[in-house]
Amino acid sequence: MSYDKDSHKIFDFIQNWARKHSIWVLAYGTGCGAIEIPPTMTSRYDAERLGVRGAATPRQADVLLITGYLTTKTLKRVIRVYEQMQDPKYVIGFGSCTINGGMYYDSYNTIKVLDKYLPVDVYINGCMPRPEAVLAGFAKLQQLIAEGKANGAQKYKENLEWYRENQKRISPHWVMPEYNW
Amino acid sequence: MELFLNILGAIATVILAFIVGMSYGGIVRKITARVQNRKGPPWYQNFIDAYKLYSKTTAIHHGWMHRMGPAFLMVSSVVTLMFVPVLNNGGWFENMNFQGDLIFLLYIMVFGSLGMALGAGQTGNPNSAIGVTRGLSQMVGFEIPWVMALVAMMIQYKTTSITGFIEVQQESGTWLMFSSPFAFIAAVLAMLGMFRYSPFDIVGAPSELASGPVSENGGKYLFTMMSSGSIFTFAKLTLYVDLFMGGANNLLVLLIKTFALYMVPVLYGLVSPRYRTEQAVRYFWGWPLFFGLLAIIYAVIF
Repeated sequence: MSYDKDSHKIFDFIQNWARKHSIWVLAYGTGCGAIEIPPTMTSRYDAERLGVRGAATPRQADVLLITGYLTTKTLKRVIRVYEQMQDPKYVIGFGSCTINGGMYYDSYNTIKVLDKYLPVDVYINGCMPRPEAVLAGFAKLQQLIAEGKANGAQKYKENLEWYRENQKRISPHWVMPEYNW
Repeated sequence: MELFLNILGAIATVILAFIVGMSYGGIVRKITARVQNRKGPPWYQNFIDAYKLYSKTTAIHHGWMHRMGPAFLMVSSVVTLMFVPVLNNGGWFENMNFQGDLIFLLYIMVFGSLGMALGAGQTGNPNSAIGVTRGLSQMVGFEIPWVMALVAMMIQYKTTSITGFIEVQQESGTWLMFSSPFAFIAAVLAMLGMFRYSPFDIVGAPSELASGPVSENGGKYLFTMMSSGSIFTFAKLTLYVDLFMGGANNLLVLLIKTFALYMVPVLYGLVSPRYRTEQAVRYFWGWPLFFGLLAIIYAVIF
């Protein structure tokens, strides 16, 4: 979605406010971090009061949550899921593994730096991050959305070739539909 | 001039149904959260979700039937709403009722689900196909007691129009839920399936089927479905209130009655786990069917 930022200030403000308060999360349970999602959603920390809610499919989701390490095999699936999501979309890298590999820093079959393959908007540090940290990450994402700075999808569109090159280096047998929006 | 007023009334009715349905949805989310010992989202959360969905881009195209599916749902909801008198004595707006509109409603209420089924079929998503077959099986289940309850009432009061039933209740001074109790019980049990809360949420089961027929729809498609669902909820609740609870003379009474009725499937759902498809169908062909038969016997004999 492209719009002139200066001419639609009030409209943008309302839209960003709605996006900020309604975040539908696709929790892609790639790694051990997925275990921290149930306590975040259920009665003790209750993320739904902030408008954060689980989505069933990538078509309905706003945020892709990469929970923990990502093996070379699942990377392709994650990219497929990300490209099926509708704009505006955001990625949260969850746990140390998505930042620099974490405890899998010398593993032969995991991705070390997620940002080389998908545009990450917010990182949540920790191994593993507690639900408070997850909520803080969502609060940071909300702040970025409100300021209009969470534009990872835009970055992905502009630098698609660079991302594709990195992705193809990991999965050489690349049979995927074209990214067409 | 009269035509203009009617069109204005129709638009106002749709807006009212949208706002009330959405707010009820939000209140249900709040109640669910409180039952689960959570704080829960604010009651207007559904409006925010709807606006966000509307503002998302939609770059999905699986063919024309897929595009038409949500439109079919919307048409079915709005047409249903147009035939249900919102207030007694045409207090809100003279809608399109005629002799026999209850029979027409029985058909048009199914129309949206069938259109949605065709649309979901074209997406090619296996979850959608499973959801559709489940939904149609469940519909076979709850439509039978629902139709039997209505047929019993048509036999008993010799009218097939909704305004006719309202007049019957106003003349006798008692609600039909008391003067034909078996039909009411059968209809309320059928309502549990109609609203698709637990234990009958087998169609959209989020963690099991990835939301079923909806799974390939995001953004504006989902917005259309969400708003048509809200309108349909209001229309169905108002229909029940008109048929069994004497209608309503003003909006406040209508809101109280519909909300009280809405709590039946919601609260029953909060304490129930999900049924399997055959369990759901067996449920509806058990006691609801029995009460439906009893209602017909009661109507024929008395």
